Amino acid sequence: MLEIEIDGKQLQVADGSTVMDAANQVGVYIPHFCYHKKLSIAANCRMCLVQVEKAPKPLPACATPVTNGMKVWTNSEAAVKAQKGVMEFLLINHPLDCPICDQGGECQLQDLAVGYGESKSRYQEEKRVVFNKNLGPLVSTDMTRCIHCTRCVRFTQEIAGLMELGQAFRGEHSEIMPFVEKTVDSELSGNIIDLCPVGALTSKPFRFAARTWELARRKSVSPHDSLGSNLIVQVKHDVVKRVLPLENEAINECWLSDRDRFSYEGLNSASRLTKPMIRQGDTWQEADWQSALEFAASRLKAVVAAAGPEQFGALAAPSATVEELYLAQKLVRALGSDNIDFRLRQTDFSADGVAKGAPWLGLPVAEVGELDRLLVVGSFLRKDHPLLSQRVRQAAKRGLKIASIHPTADDWLLPVAARIQPKPAEMVAALAAVLKAVADAGGKAVDGSLQSLLPAVVSAEAKAVAELLGSGQSVAIWLGNFAAQHPQAATLQRIAQEIAAITGARFGVIGEAANSVGGHLAGALPRRGGKHAAAMLTQSLKSYLLLNVEPSLDCAGGAAARDAIAGADFVVSLSAFDSPELRAVSHVLLPVSPFTETSGTFVSAEGRAQSFVAVAKPQGDTRPAWKVLRVLGNLLSLDGFEYTDSEAVRAEVLDVAAFPVAGLDNTLDGLSIASIAAVDGLERVAEVPIYATDAIVRRAPALQRTRDAAAPLAYLSAATLSAQGLNAGDTVQAKSGQGSAQLNVAIDDTLAEGCVRIATAHESTAGLGAPFAVVTLERV
Amino acid sequence: MLSQESLKLIDVEVAKYPPDQKQSAVMAALRIAQQEKGWLARETIDEVAQYLEMPAIAAFEVASFYNMYDLEPVGKHKITVCTNLPCALSGGVQAAEYLKQKLGIDFNETTPDGNFTLKEGECMGACGDAPVLLHNNHRMCSWMTTEKIDQMLADLAK
Amino acid sequence: MSERNLILAGLDGDRTWRLKDYMARGGYAALKKIIAESTPPADIIAEVKASVLRGRGGAGFPTGLKWSFMPRSFPGAKYLACNSDEGEPGTFKDRDILRYNPHSVIEGMAIAAYAMGCERGYNYIHGEVFEIYERFEEALAEAREAGFIGQKILGSDFSFELFAHHGYGAYICGEETALLESIEGKKGQPRFKPPFPASYGLYGKPTTINNTETFASVPFIMRDGGETFLNYGKPNNGGTKLFSISGHVNRPGNYEIELGTPFSELLEMAGGMRGGRKLKGVIPGGSSSPVVPADIMMDCTMDYDSISKAGSMLGSGAVIVMDETTCMVRALERLSYFYFEESCGQCTPCREGTGWLYRVVHRIEHGQGRPDDLDLLNSVTGNIMGRTICALGDAASMPVQSFIKHFGDEFAYHIEHKTCLVPEDVQREGSKIYVGPSC
Ligand SMILES: Cc1cc2nc3c(=O)[nH]c(=O)nc-3n(C[C@H](O)[C@H](O)[C@H](O)COP(=O)(O)O)c2cc1C
Ligand code: SF4
Ligand code: FES
Repeated sequence: MLEIEIDGKQLQVADGSTVMDAANQVGVYIPHFCYHKKLSIAANCRMCLVQVEKAPKPLPACATPVTNGMKVWTNSEAAVKAQKGVMEFLLINHPLDCPICDQGGECQLQDLAVGYGESKSRYQEEKRVVFNKNLGPLVSTDMTRCIHCTRCVRFTQEIAGLMELGQAFRGEHSEIMPFVEKTVDSELSGNIIDLCPVGALTSKPFRFAARTWELARRKSVSPHDSLGSNLIVQVKHDVVKRVLPLENEAINECWLSDRDRFSYEGLNSASRLTKPMIRQGDTWQEADWQSALEFAASRLKAVVAAAGPEQFGALAAPSATVEELYLAQKLVRALGSDNIDFRLRQTDFSADGVAKGAPWLGLPVAEVGELDRLLVVGSFLRKDHPLLSQRVRQAAKRGLKIASIHPTADDWLLPVAARIQPKPAEMVAALAAVLKAVADAGGKAVDGSLQSLLPAVVSAEAKAVAELLGSGQSVAIWLGNFAAQHPQAATLQRIAQEIAAITGARFGVIGEAANSVGGHLAGALPRRGGKHAAAMLTQSLKSYLLLNVEPSLDCAGGAAARDAIAGADFVVSLSAFDSPELRAVSHVLLPVSPFTETSGTFVSAEGRAQSFVAVAKPQGDTRPAWKVLRVLGNLLSLDGFEYTDSEAVRAEVLDVAAFPVAGLDNTLDGLSIASIAAVDGLERVAEVPIYATDAIVRRAPALQRTRDAAAPLAYLSAATLSAQGLNAGDTVQAKSGQGSAQLNVAIDDTLAEGCVRIATAHESTAGLGAPFAVVTLERV
Repeated sequence: MLSQESLKLIDVEVAKYPPDQKQSAVMAALRIAQQEKGWLARETIDEVAQYLEMPAIAAFEVASFYNMYDLEPVGKHKITVCTNLPCALSGGVQAAEYLKQKLGIDFNETTPDGNFTLKEGECMGACGDAPVLLHNNHRMCSWMTTEKIDQMLADLAK
Repeated sequence: MSERNLILAGLDGDRTWRLKDYMARGGYAALKKIIAESTPPADIIAEVKASVLRGRGGAGFPTGLKWSFMPRSFPGAKYLACNSDEGEPGTFKDRDILRYNPHSVIEGMAIAAYAMGCERGYNYIHGEVFEIYERFEEALAEAREAGFIGQKILGSDFSFELFAHHGYGAYICGEETALLESIEGKKGQPRFKPPFPASYGLYGKPTTINNTETFASVPFIMRDGGETFLNYGKPNNGGTKLFSISGHVNRPGNYEIELGTPFSELLEMAGGMRGGRKLKGVIPGGSSSPVVPADIMMDCTMDYDSISKAGSMLGSGAVIVMDETTCMVRALERLSYFYFEESCGQCTPCREGTGWLYRVVHRIEHGQGRPDDLDLLNSVTGNIMGRTICALGDAASMPVQSFIKHFGDEFAYHIEHKTCLVPEDVQREGSKIYVGPSC
């Protein structure tokens, strides 16, 4: 510990602290631009100059290490003179266009200029003009305003993991820019908008939408992945105008993924469903709530009475709130059915009944930084979990070693120390080989139920992964979305459990959606022999209730799921959006609130329950889904639907204050293990593209213009491609047992041999059906 | 695409640095690429960056930071005259004026026949040789009287 | 006269730079002796300290002391870097050392590497002298062939790999941390210090950087003793030093003289004032050192202490001589343009301030000066100095301050009359193309 005195305040700081750290600790504000607590120190803006005892010149607080007994004045005449001098330099070439600048009102330069600037400029020469750059659809530039703090450059290098921006040219001619003709394509790019202390980088979708002081700032939670990023949603006249991160060191730190930041555009999409609608024959009529609900209730009642409750089932989006999921299952069960599910992309349900609790991450997100070994099984980690990957990336800088078992080898912008690339059908064998290797290395026995999976000889790759796991002190194994959606998901989880037991690792499931954990806790899955999602969608039931589900995009079966639902006699859809597909399959459409217009709770991957309230009034006649379900329950004369608020619903499910919440357990007990079946033919590898995950994101125009949202192609390695007798650029008809789709072919040499990568959750590929399948390609 | 010879030369440079520090060779690699191509087109910079496994923008930062890289095409003969103070005191500026008049171009211009580009240089570390100029970055010409300039231009025009 | 060629010893123009010539002059004897006797590293550093060799790159920091900062037992690589990025206007000595005596630098670096336990070194050579870079590569090949650098030098356990790295047109890379960044394949933007290179240098490893001339002095010190070297100079100013003389003298060029030699003698060696004209001012240590008016300069001796007393710096030993035909506003304008042009652009006061300075001086020179411009210049330089990451900010400011201080009348005349005090044709005549007799 070191003693230091700042502006007369005495304090002790840890060795290695800077003067800025010390000042932050005692709450002394030192003006700064280039300094940012999450970025490396550049010390280039010189705004933080302070007076230090015995130093002949002012020193930058951000970069000056504390020495024992140091005395610092941040506000003395000498310090202020230095700061004012720097401010004058910063302003000489800065345009005075605050009235038309989007940063106006939240500009660090503007704020500080009031305190440190002079009213009249001594600089009478011509000001610099810098051409703007095209950074893509999300970030707008006004480069003349740039003060060269290089925060954005350092962000792309250090946090996003790939240097997409640089400071080119020299001296006064310096310009912040991407490489010629390139845009900033990082899935975290929007953070440079927050980092830019002036109005050089601003939000393109938000451009001129509002002045900051007109906006109400309200807290919320992101519905797009299982991290549960905290949001500040900014609203004007009940319309969401912008989303910013709400800093939470334990979750999203001070960052947001672009998906969390820019998806709000979808909320304001023209395809919002704002009136209840009833189908009459082939036409749709707007209705008032009363008649729509009565219509739905009476028809449901009739179908259940006629066909039996087992012919009724509910499918809910995994991004629905705990309250919605809970009421949905309650309704289903009260009607005498057990057909309920929210795991729409899952294909293996053999863990049901043997799982001891809700699958979860297995450790708090904040502890990711302390891991030294991590095995990621079956994950498109970077695009599926942008901010969790960012944490892993930072941990890798501190020595975390990462292994991956997955058919693809996309660049995660972090070092992967060991990698196995099996075909999808070889995933179990690959993980079993690692199990054998860790057991052999540790001289441990493997549980009898898994013996049949163990290979006779262990590959060098499996040994390398085992060695990596064996050499750590703080080890974790994660199953990604691909593993969770895999036809042998439960077996993968059981093997991971065994590897964890042998190596002393923690293991968990990352979870694909905001309520992948919460849905389990809410009981939104069959418990008494009812049908799970896949069973409900392979054969038509007589009646369905859909909660924010777009069948062909949200369900594993794609178009087949839509066709199953279309075969029903009566379908009621609760949805925030209208769509041709929903009109085609449903009989009544009830407009329900997206997360910004309702109260609710998400339980994140780490088991953190986060409740939020509506940040805007429901659009049109939209109502919160929990209320709609409550009224439906009442109209159906079911017991236990007398809630007055959503907290009362939540209270029946979980204790929001507990962290982690109760009921989490990844253990599978007594899973019966099927032997590994060999698969012949070209195997499909299907990711859910980052901007196709849910109905809101799919309707966010700016995100849909990014490179990550480009229409899917069929990717094959060059060798596989030529074995198929195809060339890059060919158009092919891809066919599976369930259907087909027409696609263009491209090369991806990082893909495992014998695979074709075709994204799911996209209209153009929905016809192909299930994500795991043998596919044939025919040139057209 | 860079020629095999250039890539070989780049490999020699890469070998000067620790194995995990390929980027250290970027200055030499850009120089070699420029020698082959005459100037550094964006694709050339991109190719060098890929060869050295570094981000393209990082290579562009380097190419745009150091004066001797040409990011735009230049004439067959690039002549850079030092006009800094020590040289100016012994005729550096007047030598440059003479060149401008002879070639009929100003600094940063190229003769219409594409033969000569004239540049103003900063100190070349040869002030005792004033007037000094550089021919195509690598050949330094010292004590450039008007007669020697005439001679040089005549030789180069051949 | 005190001309004494230790560094440029026995050289006959361009013909004797090869290894065999260097060895004939006693070259590599010091290195051989050190290796044969396994001289303890600490003894070498002590000898260098005894010589009172001060860094020849500009700052004049005692070399022995700098070497002693390197951590002794450090796990992993340590590096050595030679700064041959000579680009400070007026300086052209390192080029001649590398041109005529490259092996003295190689030997000096090998000895330094031995003394500090460095396993690798780089000589960073100014881009504009590319032919020198090519020659140095040849010299390295010779030395490698002869076993003076490389693995297991002269059969001992000592290994030292030395390579050449060229700049490509950026003055700022002469600043030692910018130079390291440049070797790492980045823009040459100086690093904030601390940490200093001795703890966090090239690739984050302990590194020592010295100027070419500093290294070139080491073989002599080790061969003839630090004491001998010191005695060639004067106390606190050990040895001989190269002075690069440019400007209005009859014989511009490099002169190696004992430190402490009167300026007047040096001027005489350089053939005296061109055309017999009157001396007006001298920039004694490279363009960033403050200008000294003629009368003060004529009383100086050429050493760190005397020049410092005169309000300037010995710097790199680049002596820019200006006679009465010089317009001091125009001279400053050119220097200010240089610093504006060469600022790396990283830190605010330098990036924004150097342009401001240049534009104001440019205005004055072009008849658009304003009455309060000199106050403005002084104030802006005050806001730059001491507030930047590296010393380029100071380097850009000192000429402005000193020119105004010593030649303020000429600036005032300019502002008032919108024209030069020295008539245009007189200036042109004084600075017309001049090639001295030695060339
Ligand atoms: C802007 C600037 C330019 C410099 N240029 C050079 C140079 O060209 N050559 C040099 O040796 N030192 C130069 N220096 C000084 C170096 O930073 C460093 O002090 C020197 O190389 C150390 O070597 P020495 O101790 O042997 O002098 C420069 C410093 C600054 C701030
Ligand atoms: S003082 Fe100038 S050259 Fe030095 S770091 Fe700052 S901007 Fe770069
Ligand atoms: S915040 Fe310290 S220099 Fe910018």
